[in-house]
Amino acid sequence: MSDTPIDRIAASTPQSLARSVRGLSDRTIAWIFVAPTIFLLLAVNIFPLVWTIRLSFMNYRVNRPNADVEWVGTRNYERILTDPDVWATMQATAHFLVWTIVLQVLIGFTLAWLINRKFKGNDLWTTIIVLPMMLSPAVVGNFWTFLYQPQIGLFNYVIAFFTGADPTSFSMIGDVELAPWSIVLVDTWMWTPFVMLICLAGLRSIPDSIYAAAECARASAWRQFWTITVPMVLPFLMLAVLFRGIENFKMFDLVVQLTGGGPGNTTTLTAIDLKREAFERWRTGFASAYAVILFVTVFGLASIYVKALNKVKER
Amino acid sequence: MSFSVTEPSKPQKWFAGTLVVVYAIITILPLIWIISTSFKSQNDAIAYPPELVSEFTLEGYVNLFSTQTRASAEDLEANPPETWYEEIAADRGMVIVGPSRFGERFLNSVIIGFGSTFLSVFLGTLAAYAFSRYKIPLKDDLLFFILSTRMMPPIAVAIPIFLMFRGLGLSDTHAGMILLYTAVNLSLSVWLLKGFIDEIPLEYEEAALIDGYTRFQAFYKVVLPQAATGIASTAIFCLIFAWNEYAFAVLLTSGNAQTAPPFIPTIIGVGGQDWPAVAAGATIFLVPVMVFTILLRKHLLRGITFGAVRK
Repeated sequence: MSDTPIDRIAASTPQSLARSVRGLSDRTIAWIFVAPTIFLLLAVNIFPLVWTIRLSFMNYRVNRPNADVEWVGTRNYERILTDPDVWATMQATAHFLVWTIVLQVLIGFTLAWLINRKFKGNDLWTTIIVLPMMLSPAVVGNFWTFLYQPQIGLFNYVIAFFTGADPTSFSMIGDVELAPWSIVLVDTWMWTPFVMLICLAGLRSIPDSIYAAAECARASAWRQFWTITVPMVLPFLMLAVLFRGIENFKMFDLVVQLTGGGPGNTTTLTAIDLKREAFERWRTGFASAYAVILFVTVFGLASIYVKALNKVKER
Repeated sequence: MSFSVTEPSKPQKWFAGTLVVVYAIITILPLIWIISTSFKSQNDAIAYPPELVSEFTLEGYVNLFSTQTRASAEDLEANPPETWYEEIAADRGMVIVGPSRFGERFLNSVIIGFGSTFLSVFLGTLAAYAFSRYKIPLKDDLLFFILSTRMMPPIAVAIPIFLMFRGLGLSDTHAGMILLYTAVNLSLSVWLLKGFIDEIPLEYEEAALIDGYTRFQAFYKVVLPQAATGIASTAIFCLIFAWNEYAFAVLLTSGNAQTAPPFIPTIIGVGGQDWPAVAAGATIFLVPVMVFTILLRKHLLRGITFGAVRK
């Protein structure tokens, strides 16, 4: 890798000096341009990852720098995989992942389909719907705890208004049964526009002529929907699911602010649990093994999924 | 009369339009609520039933930017408030003793956000240009490697980064956070910019080279201006990401370089959470992003899918 000072100077050479480096071959220029990026990613991503893997086989604790550090083999991994709390966390994550994706796909696709009816002003309303997605999840999540307040919260008031229930009778983030749904709801509110935008691009990519041909063949609207619209949008939809899946597997900021993982452990997603192990209980080795397991899971699932996605695209 | 079979009928449009508008209003309500709460007094904010618009006051903003302490009536009598913000505090029996930390945190967000955006777009443009125009061995693998760095849960690499930063003296510094966010944003900027540069016809550069430009000149004078819109929208995406980031910020910063997202939820007033102040902080923090989103709407899709979907 060429990242010597000379290369860096060359890369930032002002145009007036560029003539003097005219002799550089295309290959050299390519490397000068790419090297800093690769170098930075190696330093800030790969190096830490390798370090994490190393730590995962040790009993190191950050808060006890003077304690003996030993290699413990796969003990950390065994502990994690037999820890019932970790499995509870995995279940909470699975619940969150499945429901957010189901709801976002259903609502997102429906919205995209409606917007694609090309009514007047659809651009304006699309932009408005998209807004929540771009905002800071931590700041917004924190504010949702206010909306969810039983006594004074807007959410409880609105639900009470339409159902006649007493607004103080339920607490979305305080109740063991409701809390897992409270995070699904806020995530769906925030990220449905993401699925919607991608679906909309899919719908708009379908040429009108296909529908016109179907119309000539007297295919019903219902049949057109299932034989043209759905298959052609599917690759887009799968891409949206991939992005949401990866993002929600890593979910931390929104939920930490919303419920803090509680009540009990009902909304403790894996990333939150991992943060506690690493930065509150300071079990560095254990947490590193945990991180490795998570990363391998995300990476493995994503690779399998991408293969499936490519198959759908080829069809 | 021209007639398209695929054009939806009028009632269909009405029906679809109504549903979308209803959804949009519901979905925007929490955001309107943040803004409206920021202009309420503490009592109005927790009124039952909730009111969309209460008596207008800047109390939330004053509380957000200042540190206050309770003062007796005699004290207030002896030192009458001189400015409008002191008056607002005095109405609640408080005196302002100094600025709060919000200003610093906000400034940190600006410094780290713009610093990392500049770096990641600068490095990203160079890399994207090379990936777009040159034969690079293992190009696809390198591009996939760059993308895969985004799949890592931040918490998973936070432990060694924490140790590394501690060793290098980078913990809780602007430089450390700028480097970190640059690295995280590079995947986005390389992928997005490669897409934008791919769309610039090769002929322009070839013509420039024939005219006697060097490769660098062709890059500066031909490619960069052509890619300006793409670079600008990439920059906004990087900025928004760095602006919103929470996990690294909360783990790796505390006093000096802490950004606004970990700070805003910790705003607590006298006697319970001061919701108008929190809402004021959120409003100041979120409104710029809303404006950017509206400006970006044409490139939004591309940005959120790393260039995988182009309209």
